[in-house]
Parts: sequence; structure tokens; C-alpha cells
Amino acid sequence: MEWLQQIINGISLGSIYALIALGYTMVYGIIKLINFAHGDVFMVGAFVGFYAITGFGLGFFPALILSMVICAIFGVLIERIAYKPLRNATRIAALITAIGMSLLIEYGVIYVRGAQPEAYPNVLPNTTINVFGAQISSQSLFILGISVALMIILQFIVHKTKIGKAMRAVSHDMDAARLMGINVDNTISATFAIGSGLAGAAGVIFGVYYTKIEPLMGVIPGLKAFVAAVLGGIGIIPGAMVGGLLLGVIESIVSAAGFSLWRDAAAFVILILILIFRPSGIFGKNTREKV
Amino acid sequence: MKNKFAKIAMASTLVAGILAGCGAKESSGGGASDKIKIGVNLELSGNVASYGESLEKGIDLATDEINANGGIDGKEIKLIKVDNKSDSAEAANAAIKLTSKDQVTAIIGAATSGNTVAQAQIADNTKTVVLTPSGTSPSVTVGKDGKVNEFVFRTSYIDPFQGTVAANFAANDLKVKNAAIYADSGSDYSKGLAASFKETFEAAGGSVVSEEAYVGKDTDFRATLTRIKSKNPEFVFIPGYYEEVGLIIKQARELGLNVPFMGADGWDSPTLVELAGADALNNTYITNHYSSEDPDKKIQEFVTKFKDKNKGAAPNAFNALGYDTVYLLADAIKRAGSTDSTKIKDELAKTTDLSLVTGVVSIDKNHHPIKSAIVLEYKDGKQVFFTKVNP
Repeated sequence: MEWLQQIINGISLGSIYALIALGYTMVYGIIKLINFAHGDVFMVGAFVGFYAITGFGLGFFPALILSMVICAIFGVLIERIAYKPLRNATRIAALITAIGMSLLIEYGVIYVRGAQPEAYPNVLPNTTINVFGAQISSQSLFILGISVALMIILQFIVHKTKIGKAMRAVSHDMDAARLMGINVDNTISATFAIGSGLAGAAGVIFGVYYTKIEPLMGVIPGLKAFVAAVLGGIGIIPGAMVGGLLLGVIESIVSAAGFSLWRDAAAFVILILILIFRPSGIFGKNTREKV
Repeated sequence: MKNKFAKIAMASTLVAGILAGCGAKESSGGGASDKIKIGVNLELSGNVASYGESLEKGIDLATDEINANGGIDGKEIKLIKVDNKSDSAEAANAAIKLTSKDQVTAIIGAATSGNTVAQAQIADNTKTVVLTPSGTSPSVTVGKDGKVNEFVFRTSYIDPFQGTVAANFAANDLKVKNAAIYADSGSDYSKGLAASFKETFEAAGGSVVSEEAYVGKDTDFRATLTRIKSKNPEFVFIPGYYEEVGLIIKQARELGLNVPFMGADGWDSPTLVELAGADALNNTYITNHYSSEDPDKKIQEFVTKFKDKNKGAAPNAFNALGYDTVYLLADAIKRAGSTDSTKIKDELAKTTDLSLVTGVVSIDKNHHPIKSAIVLEYKDGKQVFFTKVNP
């Protein structure tokens, strides 16, 4: 039952990648910017959750919601301060700003609290369930459940609400949307808020699941989530989910086959192969629906 | 032209100074002074100051004891302490000061391997013994070319030795037949321990069923742990550092891998307990230099003496190593019968079965001490003395 166990390991890891990848893909879909600071919003979310639990004694769900709200505000601030003034600048200028923003957040957090890691408190009960010989921790099921619930809520927002419609409109054609009376600036801010909120949730989930958080924890998951977004087709929401889960499973399989040291390399080999053979990702160009 | 003369004048003064220094050293070495000057070159400030301060307490205790008992052959030990600020350049400067200005017989220090290596060249040039209490890297006494640094010695065992201890412990005390190794691929420390574990374990009749590696800073080890579990090892050796080891143990227990785990002094941090959780850490072991809970009579005497002097604080491994270093050196000086560094060096290298707090020590040809190590067990998040393993 080793393989079933490995698939379960991969899905747990992949659901965290997927949550981060959603934020990448939404922002890319709407303003064609790869927001490299996204992985660091994820880190900030983990720390907000940590301090909410240890400092204010909150439970898991209040901490999760608080972290999502603070990250959403944080995401909007980043967008308004760093990216909005560059909306009409070249894309490379915005990209470099995003990298600068990423470093600023990482080292800002180190400046404030130091670089030492922190151990997440145990806020979720953890028992192990035996399914066909595979050991599934109740925590990983719970986390998978939350990730899926958040993705369903996101689908609902994008497809059934007014702001979702505005987001889809702006991503199709910003100028036409403006002519139709859509407030483009607010719509872009809303996109950042939702994406960053999801990253904040991913941060808390990561902390509970993996225990260790530190100021540079966002770098590698951020890059992996970027690969996941490209794998699924950047700009396409279901693509980010599938890409994230797929990447998690691929990494588990690579480790399971005995190449654990190649695991990180595998993710980037996938990125290169996708960019060479299918630049628009799994979900391709024709069925493209951008947000 | 004037400038040139000045330079020549200055150079000749310097040369004269150095020559005078050498001359003075020889005469002091042969002469009968009533004090033996020993330099102490430690990390008393900077990022590893806690190591240096702990060693200093042990060194002071041992020196006071020896002096109170009439010194070495009637000569008192005089310590000359220098703070190297946890920096290798400062450690080299301190060694230059101690050898040239203070003309010490020997230098004790530094606490870390890197700061000791920084003094190796100076030790060789000035023919002064350098004795590190706690530098555990093999490179301290053996250079890259495989040549032994003649004047450099250590009190602690070397890193790979802990792998040997763990293998003997697994094979003889836990009586396991097959083991898995999960090492940090980016650390020489970890790879060295893994290699010596494998060698000793296989020599003892065991088999290593799985050898895996991780990269530092990883957070997800589940896939590799699942792979290890499928090989059904009875024992897992993880010679890593606490940041990753804490997560590995937590995730392994979640996957139902409930066999004993073992590591080395890299685990020794309170953060390990926070990351893994006290429950997951049950049934895990680490090797260490010494334990204040060891029932050995010599150790308990030392613990009592140390507590009397330090407001009841139990001595840690660094305190014990500092204490032992002074006795190791004093023993060699006594057998040499003089303060001539070359003779002391020869006697240090000949040390056999010297009984110290951290074990019975013999020095091998690579200047590595052969001595016992301690195995500690984690019980509900606390380290408990388990057994002593002889080499």
C-alpha cells in the first residue's frame, strides 16, 4: 500500500501548492503580472496565524479567518503602493518591482522578529486513520477539506457574483470593461485581496501541517506554486488547482522512486518542458477563461 | 630616499624583535620559573559565546583545583585569557598575541573547529601546543593533505565517532538487525556520521536496508519516509540538525513509522522538542559527550564540585570538556617534566587510558581521542541518561 500512501502524501502537499497557485494565476490573469511577492504573503499569513494562536489564544478557524483578512488587506496595500503606479509601465518594470517587494517583505520580517524558526502550536486534533494499509492523518484530511472548500467558494465568487463578473470582464479587456462602467482599479484590488487571502489561508494550513515556520519559508513554495500555475495554464483558475495537485503528486512519486534529492529539480524540469512543448499549460488556449 | 631608509630601519627592527622573541622563548622554556603560563583563547563574546563561557567555567574549576593541590610539579598554572569574539581572524590574532607577547607554554581553545583551524599554522610556526576542548571536526588535527597537525590536539571525540557509537548501540544494546539511514546531503557532518554508522553497523553483522538523503531547509519528508517504511527497518539513524530532524520525527510517527530513531549532538536543542512534540520523540536516542546524570563516581564528584562553585547549576557537556582539557594538558606537562612545547606535544600524543570526566581517553595517531560516549533517551520531551557506550 506504499503507492496509495504516496498519492495521499502528494495530494496533501499539492493542495497547499494549489492554494498559493490560485493567487498567482488570478493576478496574472487580470494584470499580466507575475507577483513574486505572493510567496511572502503566504509567509506573512503563517506568522499572523501563529501570533493569533499563541498570543491571543485563538482556535484554528478564528486564526485562519483573521490571517485571511489581514493578508487580504496586506495584498491590497502591496498592489496600491507598489504596482498601481506602474500600471502603464513596461511589464519588466512591474516584474522587477515584484521581486523587490518580495525581498522587502522577507527581510522586513527578519528585521522585526529575527530569522529563527518558530514551531506552530498543535491546534488540530491529530489521529491516524488506517485506510487499506495507508496511514492518513486526520489533519491531512481536514486540510484537504478546507482547501477544497476554499476553492469551491472561489469558483462561486468568480462565476456567480457581480465582482467575479467584473474580474472576468477586466481580464478579457481592461479598456472595454472601463467603457462599460466597471471600476477597474477596485476590481484589480479585489483580485489581489482574494488571492492574498487564499495565500494567508495556505500559510496557516502549512504551519499546522508542517509545524515549522520561518521568514524565508515562502520562497520555495512560492516558486513551486508558480510552476503549478504555469503547468495548469497561467491565468486559468481550475488550471491552478489541477496544476498544484499534480505537482504535489509528481514530487511524491519522484521521492518514492528513490530520487528524493531530485524532487525540487523535478518541479523545474516540468516548468521547462511545459514552456517548450505546451506554453499555454494543460488547460490550453482554446478553452481559456481568464480571471 | 629618506623614506626608503625609514622602511629598512623599520624592517630590521621588526626582524630583530622577532629574533629576540624566539630567543626569549627558548630561555623561558629551559629556565626554572615557578609558574606555567597557559593561554586560553575562547569565544567569550559573539554568536557562540555560550560555548566559550561554559568552557571557561570548567577550565577555571580545574585550574583552581590543580593549584590548590600544589600545581604541576610544584609549579602553579597561570591562565592568560583572550576573547576571540567567535571570529576566526580574531582567534588567529589571539594566538599570535599569546605565543609572541605572553609566550605561553600551551593554548587551550578555541571552542569551535573553525576557530581552532585558524590557529593551526601559528601553532606549527611557534611550536606551541594548541588544545581544543570541543572542536569536533576531523579537519582540526588532520589537514586536507592528510598530514597530522603536530601541535594541535583535542579533548572531544570527532564527529564520525558518534556514528560508530550509534551503530554499536543499535547492534549491541537495542539488538536490531537492519537499519535505515536518513542523512542531510548538504552537510559533511551528517555524511561523515552516516558513513561511519554504516561501516560499524555492517561490521557488527547488521544490514542497512535503506539509505536516503534530504536537503537542508526541506519541510516535507513524507514521501521519503513512506519509502523507508516500506523497507521495514527496525531502527532509523538520522544524523542531522534539529530543525529538519524535528519535522522528520513528527511526520514519521504520523505515517506509523514507530521504530527507534537515533541521532547525534546535532539534535541537542530545545527547538527539537517543540517541532516534533514530546510524544513523537519517545523511543528516540542521541549520543553526547557526557551527562550530569551519569552515575559514575568520578562524574558525580565533578558535578558536586561544579555545583558548589556555580550556584547549584548542573554542569553541561562544555563545562565538562573545559575541565577535562586542563587535566589532559596537566598530565602531559607532568610526564614531560618540563614546559618545553615539543616534549609536551610528544607526551600528549602518547596519552593512554587517562581517566577524565568525559571518559577514559587515549589519543590515537591522528590526535583523535578514543573515549566513551553517552547515549541519552528522550522521555516525554526530557533527555534521560540511558547508557554509556565504550569505543
